[in-house]
Amino acid sequence: MAQVAHDASAQVGPLEVEDVELYHPKTFIGKYIWSQDAKVIAIQYAITAIAIGLVALVLSVIMRLQLGFPNTFSLIDPSNYLQFVTMHGMIMVIYLLTALFLGGFGNYLIPLMCGARDMVFPYVNMISYWVYLAAVLLLVASFFVPGGPTGAGWTLYPPQAISPGTPGIDGGIILMLVSLALFIVGFTMGGLNYVVTVLQARTRGMTLMRLPLTVWGIFMATVLALLAFPALLVSAIMMLLDRLLGTSFFMPAMISMGEQTAYDGGSPVLFQHLFWFFGHPEVYIVALPAFGIVSDLLSTHARKNIFGYRMMVWAIVAIGALSFIVWAHHMYVSGMNPYFGFFFATTTLIIAVPTAIKVYNWVLTLWRGNIRLNVPMLFAIGFVFTFINGGLTGLFLGNVTVDLPLSDTYFVVAHFHMVMAVSPILVVFGAIYHWYPKITGKMLDDGLGKVHFWITFLGTYAIYYPMHYLGFEGLPRRYYAYGETAFMSESAQDLNAAITIAAIIVAFAQLVFLYNLIRSLTKGKDAGHNPWEATTLEWQTTHTPPRHGNFDELPSVYRWAYDYSVPGAEHDFIPQNVPSEELVAARSEHQEA
Amino acid sequence: MTPTLIFLGLLMATVVWWLVRQSVNVKPWVASAPSGAHQGVGQLATIKVGLGVFLAVATSLFALFVSAYAIRMELSDWRPLPEPNLLWVNTGILFVGSVGLQWAWRAASREQLRGVKQGLVVGGVCAIAFVIGQLIAWRQLNAAGYFITSNPANAFFYLLTSLHAVHLFGGLVAWFKTITRAWAGSEISSVRLGVELCAVYWHFLLVVWLILFGLLLST
Ligand code: HEM
Ligand SMILES: [Cu+2]
Repeated sequence: MAQVAHDASAQVGPLEVEDVELYHPKTFIGKYIWSQDAKVIAIQYAITAIAIGLVALVLSVIMRLQLGFPNTFSLIDPSNYLQFVTMHGMIMVIYLLTALFLGGFGNYLIPLMCGARDMVFPYVNMISYWVYLAAVLLLVASFFVPGGPTGAGWTLYPPQAISPGTPGIDGGIILMLVSLALFIVGFTMGGLNYVVTVLQARTRGMTLMRLPLTVWGIFMATVLALLAFPALLVSAIMMLLDRLLGTSFFMPAMISMGEQTAYDGGSPVLFQHLFWFFGHPEVYIVALPAFGIVSDLLSTHARKNIFGYRMMVWAIVAIGALSFIVWAHHMYVSGMNPYFGFFFATTTLIIAVPTAIKVYNWVLTLWRGNIRLNVPMLFAIGFVFTFINGGLTGLFLGNVTVDLPLSDTYFVVAHFHMVMAVSPILVVFGAIYHWYPKITGKMLDDGLGKVHFWITFLGTYAIYYPMHYLGFEGLPRRYYAYGETAFMSESAQDLNAAITIAAIIVAFAQLVFLYNLIRSLTKGKDAGHNPWEATTLEWQTTHTPPRHGNFDELPSVYRWAYDYSVPGAEHDFIPQNVPSEELVAARSEHQEA
Repeated sequence: MTPTLIFLGLLMATVVWWLVRQSVNVKPWVASAPSGAHQGVGQLATIKVGLGVFLAVATSLFALFVSAYAIRMELSDWRPLPEPNLLWVNTGILFVGSVGLQWAWRAASREQLRGVKQGLVVGGVCAIAFVIGQLIAWRQLNAAGYFITSNPANAFFYLLTSLHAVHLFGGLVAWFKTITRAWAGSEISSVRLGVELCAVYWHFLLVVWLILFGLLLST
């Protein structure tokens, strides 16, 4: 870190930071591969995350084929199923969503939206990506080691995660834990950048209360991640020691395959506490950036200021703070003291209050807006719908007595896919359609985008709505096949088949998206600098895509990011860097003419 | 999880307090020309803010280990291990190291390059001596039959001490950069920031060690 402490930036305010020397790449490699430019790093993060995300998508389709048509396809055996569930879940949550929102959108948008030339520690930022890439490669490597990847479930609960009989206890689990540790190290390097850039590198006039909500969401999510990922690191280190050296942090005395193991006295519940101390904030690590981005998409495309800006900021902060005291709602079935259960149910319901405030504010932002139903807007509205659905089932599961029978059923699978899988993914899509024109200078195709939206949006409902019902019937999660049960109705299998067909259609719809991404690079319409007529600073750059250093001259900020449809203004939007005098001048010219 | 929750509670309270100051009486929708002053930005060197955020992350990590320690300790198989007396000596050495860097910091603000060099040497040598001392303590425990696998108390002892040492190594990298710069005879102003950061980090690791040592002694 020391060598990036340019002495120029040491003692002076941001205005003078202007002449801080940027690192100047000379070769192709320096510019696009070994690059310290946050925008290039963002794209590297995004491509890597999407690539590994596609692996997770393929895994889910294979699982669905097994579940929907258990006797038709024999692609996988029961151990493979467990391995695929695990890898699918872990990749989606951590290596795709966390990396894409923070490493991808965070890197691209924070410096631009704050009016900075780059992240504050560009060298550390670059290393962050390469460590992330190493983590991803280790994870992929676990598919090829003897025994395959771990099948412990994405929660990696001991003792089963490292006991004989679970797939991948030889190499898979070790690679998984090391990969997670690397991910955390890499993320911490990036996260320091995101936080400190927001705190220190905002341009003149960009007060905290003028930051776009996108930046607020990513900022708070990064704070959560910086504080919560250590809990995962602690559990990963201790589990590695249990597995490699034979300590008994988590492993109790037990008889495995007829033999007494060497472990003694460890506490699996300790692992659960540590894991969920990370795991619950993780939900908000992917949700808060989505909240922020969606607020900006809704406001921009409804041509209206966001309803209750300050309330939105405070809700983000409140959700972030509260998310550290709800973790044990994932452990209602671990036999905890009923008073604890009561406490955690209460905090869980309290966190619903700021969340609900956000939802009301989104809806009120749309109210009587001049809505432009373009693709980013469709995805943003789709998010609000889906998030409400997933949030409501969360209220059910947050109550101990309701959770006990539903725990480990498809009701839970449906709930978390709605709230933390589909919702953030919809925002990812919306955000890509929204910012692609700035990143590449080309528009994505509108028609293909709409096809992509409708199939994905309706398709995910076809997938996950029926799962709630299956969960009520008692269909357990993480099962390879159900066989004959007394409690499942016969039609359940038909429903499973229908879900699988929907999942395949949704998966193929993503090919339309990929095709659109690649085709538009060359064939897309030219975007111009500000195709959406948006107010935030990234749309006001002189070059599109912005060059290294982002701005020719650092902008000064005169207003918040939400001056849409201001009465009396010439256009229905006023960029953040336009002073009021210019508006007055423009108007009088207009009247004279 | 109590130690972690206390730490996070304090941290969140600070964040909220800071945000209240930034947002109360502010009307975000009112446009105005940027004033000369930069609201809350740039009063501190960016790298110092960076170090501060990093220390918060490290504190979170140590607090979580302490929480895990406290939970695991309650179980019936826990047999406390006798801390080697050497740890007291090591603690003293670490303390001297902190004093050394504080000395360097003071010398730096008085523009005395000699004092800076002396302080830096003391700080670095003490840190290295501390790590060697810890290794000797490990060997003593091993020789006395307190292996990492024989009891969770032992396992935590080795784990916590190595984690602390790893953080010290990280500090030594920054220290090395600073001291080479000081020896290259560069302007004192270019060394000052590095010295200051090293000193803060050494103090942080001293406090962490005192807490860990206290925990090990009292249980
Ligand atoms: C078309 C999209 C998707 C489909 C068809 C799908 C399907 C599945 C299936 C079949 C399972 C296994 C259920 C079981 O047997 O218990 C599963 C588990 C899971 N999925 Fe997805 N999924 C999709 C997208 C996502 C996304 C975007 C996320 C990101 C958060 C995600 C996160 C998870 C998690 C965390 C699990 C639990 C893994 C475990 O039990 O260890 N999924 N999904
Ligand atoms: Cu939760």
